[in-house]
This record gives sequence, structure tokens and C-alpha cells, in this order.
Amino acid sequence: MTVAALNSNPAPAILPGSGGMRGALSDLLWRRPQFLLLLMLMPPVLWLGIVYIGSLFALLAQSFFSIDEYSGLINRQFTLKTYGDLFQAANLDIILRTVTMAALVTLASAIVAFPIAYYAARYARGRWKALFYLGVMLPLWSSYLVKIYAWKLILAKEGILTWLLAKLNLSWLLDAWLSLPVVGGNSLSVSFTGTFIVFVYVWLPFMILPVQAALERVPGNLVEASSDLGASPGQTFRNVLFPLALPGIVAGSIFTFSLTLGDYIIPQIIGTSRLFIGQAVYSQQGTAGNIPLAAAFTVVPIVIMGFYLWGAKRMGAFDAL
Amino acid sequence: MTSAVSFQKVSRHFGSVRAVDAVDLDIAPGEFFAMLGPSGSGKTTCLRLIAGFEQPTAGSISIFGERAEGVPPYRRNVNTVFQDYALFPHFDVLDNVAYGLMVKGVGKAERHKAAEEALSLVRLPGYGARRPGQLSGGQRQRVALARALVNQPKVLLLDEPLGALDLKLRENMQEELQSLQKALGITFVFVTHDQGEALSMADRIAVFNDGRIMQIGTPEDIYQRPSTRFVADFVGSSNVLPPDFVQRYSGQRRWGSLRPESICVSNATDGDGVAARLVGTNFLGATTRLALDADGLRLHAMVPAGIPLPAEGEAVMLTFNRESLHLMDEPA
Repeated sequence: MTVAALNSNPAPAILPGSGGMRGALSDLLWRRPQFLLLLMLMPPVLWLGIVYIGSLFALLAQSFFSIDEYSGLINRQFTLKTYGDLFQAANLDIILRTVTMAALVTLASAIVAFPIAYYAARYARGRWKALFYLGVMLPLWSSYLVKIYAWKLILAKEGILTWLLAKLNLSWLLDAWLSLPVVGGNSLSVSFTGTFIVFVYVWLPFMILPVQAALERVPGNLVEASSDLGASPGQTFRNVLFPLALPGIVAGSIFTFSLTLGDYIIPQIIGTSRLFIGQAVYSQQGTAGNIPLAAAFTVVPIVIMGFYLWGAKRMGAFDAL
Repeated sequence: MTSAVSFQKVSRHFGSVRAVDAVDLDIAPGEFFAMLGPSGSGKTTCLRLIAGFEQPTAGSISIFGERAEGVPPYRRNVNTVFQDYALFPHFDVLDNVAYGLMVKGVGKAERHKAAEEALSLVRLPGYGARRPGQLSGGQRQRVALARALVNQPKVLLLDEPLGALDLKLRENMQEELQSLQKALGITFVFVTHDQGEALSMADRIAVFNDGRIMQIGTPEDIYQRPSTRFVADFVGSSNVLPPDFVQRYSGQRRWGSLRPESICVSNATDGDGVAARLVGTNFLGATTRLALDADGLRLHAMVPAGIPLPAEGEAVMLTFNRESLHLMDEPA
């Protein structure tokens, strides 16, 4: 194309509108972006506000009712008696057991997830990064129940883990561990250790991904700067990497902690007969028909998470955001 | 006297890419040394080799007489001012500056006092409580400088230190860096792609291209007596003259260079000189740059602003002093 051809554009400076409803609507939405925002947000806000938050409040309201112990009918009058029931020794035991498990699962997930996330954020490129995402996400694509039953087989007395340890002449180690109080049992699949292993396995992707995202945002030259200023690799981890990855670890721990607090299937299939909060809710609202107590139990994880986030904020976990 | 930094046949290859290729280099203690070159020329890799972020593929590096291969960055008494400053976002300015002292185990009161002093040195006293995010680009640059200087390094490395600053700040910073370097007597090594910066600040300049050093010398040397066509073209966009042209004026068949400001442009149409045609003008403030076409050879001339100029497309006569025609080492 010659210069002259470039200079002979016959189009006017302002192009005419495309006309019709669609054209008018496009122009209107461009001139009034708030209107566009309103249109986009209306459906999800309605969904969240009514269906989600609404049902949550209905549940919370239930926790202030009580059950008539003789007739089994619900007494719809405000009372704190149901919350008082939570503090009975048996119920307190359930809460304590669940919180301890959730804390241990969170800690273990963070320790296992960090090196994987670090590798993915710092070193993996191209095809290795794709492989990382695939490896982390793949377990999420298969059914949760299938994974848990698979683990039940792995951890069973006749399972592959026992077999492998026997081949390695390490059966004594497994037996010693299983003979311990609390964490032990007849086999791994009916012990708290088994519950713990499966919880960590199932929630691990929820820890890896936010930690990886947080580490991805840490510029590589901060690590170099720290090293340049005389910090050993350990000091760089403590002073730079860990604080900057902390928002990711907190985000991940919100998942692992709250998912463990609420889960009722894993402890049902793998573990002892002692209950976790999720199982307590399930049995209270089902067989026992005590919906107020079930509702009060569900409030426990919400309150614990509230305190957890408040504590994390005070520790400065969100400062680097 | 031992060199502050000495490279002997240092190479750094990344796969088949020779980022740095058999470079010899000696930087004297207390020198303000510039590594100048286009992007990808190996100058930043050289800086990273001194800092310890890269290890040489071959050759040896010594810093104040001590061998540095295999020594990690945290064991080198060398500090870097990074191109984008690399300030820690989760620390305030004071803790950023005190970081080097903190990891060495200096007590809180003592390191904060030293950090305050370093901040005064870069003319940011009282900024300690702010976060890096609350500072302007120029202020961040000074904090990065203070953070490096507080460790009293033997060599201070600066990676494109003024690259992200606007013109006015850049000129201020140039003067400040120079006076700081003189006052502290620390060896400064800085990397830049801006020849003006290198010429105005450095005691000596190494011009890099394709992983090799093309020329090392004082700014005057590099500017007046470029040794290769690349140096002549890259430093101050000199006119590079082909051997045939040079032979007519000097008698030698060699590549030559002629500074744009050495060319006189007149309206005369006859007499002694090179006949040319004016192709374009760029007003640059103090000077005007003229693009000229001398029978197919494209030349640039720099004339003071304000003198009357011929119109574009007119024939002009170019004259220059024969001494200002520099013959380059590069063979024809």
C-alpha cells in the first residue's frame, strides 16, 4: 500500500451506531458502567443472599430452639439451653477431637504442600508446570468416595501398605505405632492415624494451590536481594519467603481446617467409632431428630473459623497482600 | 595493588548461548566503573557473576585478590542495588535498610541507628517508618542504595540504577551517586545501556557486545577514539565511515568514525568538502541534529540551535577537520 492510499480513508471521523436494540444497549452500557455492573451482579447476589445466607440463618435460628426430651418435639422458644448441651463431656470431647484433628491436618498439609508449591512456583516451566497442575488437580476430578474407599484398602490390615512394610522388614514399626494409645488401633484403617492420612491426602490440593499462587507473586529478586545482603538460605526462608507466602498458607489452611471440621464421611469410613463434629451433626439431625443440637454443632466450626481468621489477621498474615 | 574485581577468561554459557564469553576485566579499588552495552550483551550477567548469583562456566573471578568461584552471594562482601530495587514489601523502610545487619546478628538498637545514618546519607532521614509501597520511584532507589551501603561493601554493584527514573531525577541521582562514591571511596560497578549515563558518571567504561568486551577505556577514549564500528555506533551514534570514503581523506583504507558535532554544514555549492543533501532535521533543544545524504552515505551532523539552516531537500556542503576523523583498529 502506498502512502497516498493510506491517506485517502473515506470513512468519517465518527462512525455511525450499529443501530437497533443491540446497538443502543451497547452504547447505554458503555456510558453507564454501573448499570452493567448491576446487571452482572444481580443473579449471584440474589442466589447468595437468599439461598445461601438465608438457609444459613434459618439453621442458626434453629440452634436457639430446644427439644422436648419426652415428646421429641421442637420447642420454638428462644433459649440457650442447646448451647449449654454442647458443654456436656461427651459433646465437648467431640469438639476437642475434631479441632485437634483439623489443626494437625492443616499443619501437615502446609509442611507437605510448601516444597511442592515452591518447586512449581520457582522452577517448573512449560510442560513441567502443566504436569504439576495436572498432578495436583487430577485427584480432585475423581469421586471423593472412590478415593476414600481406595485408601481404606491401602490402609487395611491385608492392604498394600502392611504388605510393603513387611517386605521392607518394617512390620515392627507399624505394630509399635498401632500399639500406641489414641493414634493406634487394630489396623491403620480403623485408627485416627488412618483418618489423619486420608484427610491430609484429600485436602492437600487446597493447600498447594494458594501457597503456589502466593509464592508465584514473590518476585525472584527478593530472594536474591536477601542472599545478597548476607542472609543464608535458612534466614531467607524465615525472613522473606515464609512471611510472603503466609497469606497463601492462611488461605490454604482455611480450606484444610474448615473442611476437616465439617467432614463426616472420612471419619465414618476410615477411623474409630468415636465421633467428629460432622458425624455428630449428621446423627443429631437424622436418627436423633435433635435439629437444635445439630444446628448448635454447626455453629462451632463457624465460631472457631472466626477466631482463627481474627488471630491470623493479628499475626499479620494479611499484611503482605 | 590487587584489583577490586578481576576476571580471567571468564565465560558463562546458558546451553548454547554464550552470555559471557572469555572476558578479561580488571577493576581498580575505588573506581567508578561502567559496563555499557545493548540488552543481551552480557553486561548484566557479568554483574551477576560478581554478585555470585551466577557461577562462571569457565575462567576465574577474584574479588580483592580472593577467589570467588563457588562462593555463595551471602558470603561475599559485595552488595547490589537491583534494577527494580527489590525492597521487601513486608518490612518498613528502616527494617529494609537494617536487613543486612539483622541477618548478621547486630542488635536492634544498633542496627536501627546505622540504618538511620544510611538513610540520612541518601537524604531520606525520618522515612524509616514508611512502607516501600508508599514511596516514589526515586525514593525507593535511595532506600535500595542505603540498604546496600549500610553493610559497607567492598564493591557496590548497581544494575541499571537510573533506568526507571524520569529525566530530572536521573540527572540529580547521577550527581549524587558520583559524590557519594567519591566520599565513601567504595568501588562502584554499574550496568547501563545508556551511553550518556556511562560517559557522565564513570571513571572507566567497558563496552559490551555479544558477550565480549569491545573496548575498555576512559569516557574520552571511548567517545573520541572508538576501536570498532560497534563502539562508534553505540556510544553517541558516531558517523561510521566506510574504508573507501576514509581513504580519500586520510590515505589509509580503514574504517573511520566522525562525531556528528565535528561536521560543519554550509550552504555553499562548490569548493572543498563533501557534497550532500539535507534529508531531515530534529530539534533537540541546545542543538539540532541534521540527517544528510552524501551520495548514498547516510551521515548525521549536530549543529548549535539558532543558526540559520538550509531547507530540507537542499544541497549543502560538509566540511570537517581532518584530525577529527578517527581511524578504527578494525580491519577493512
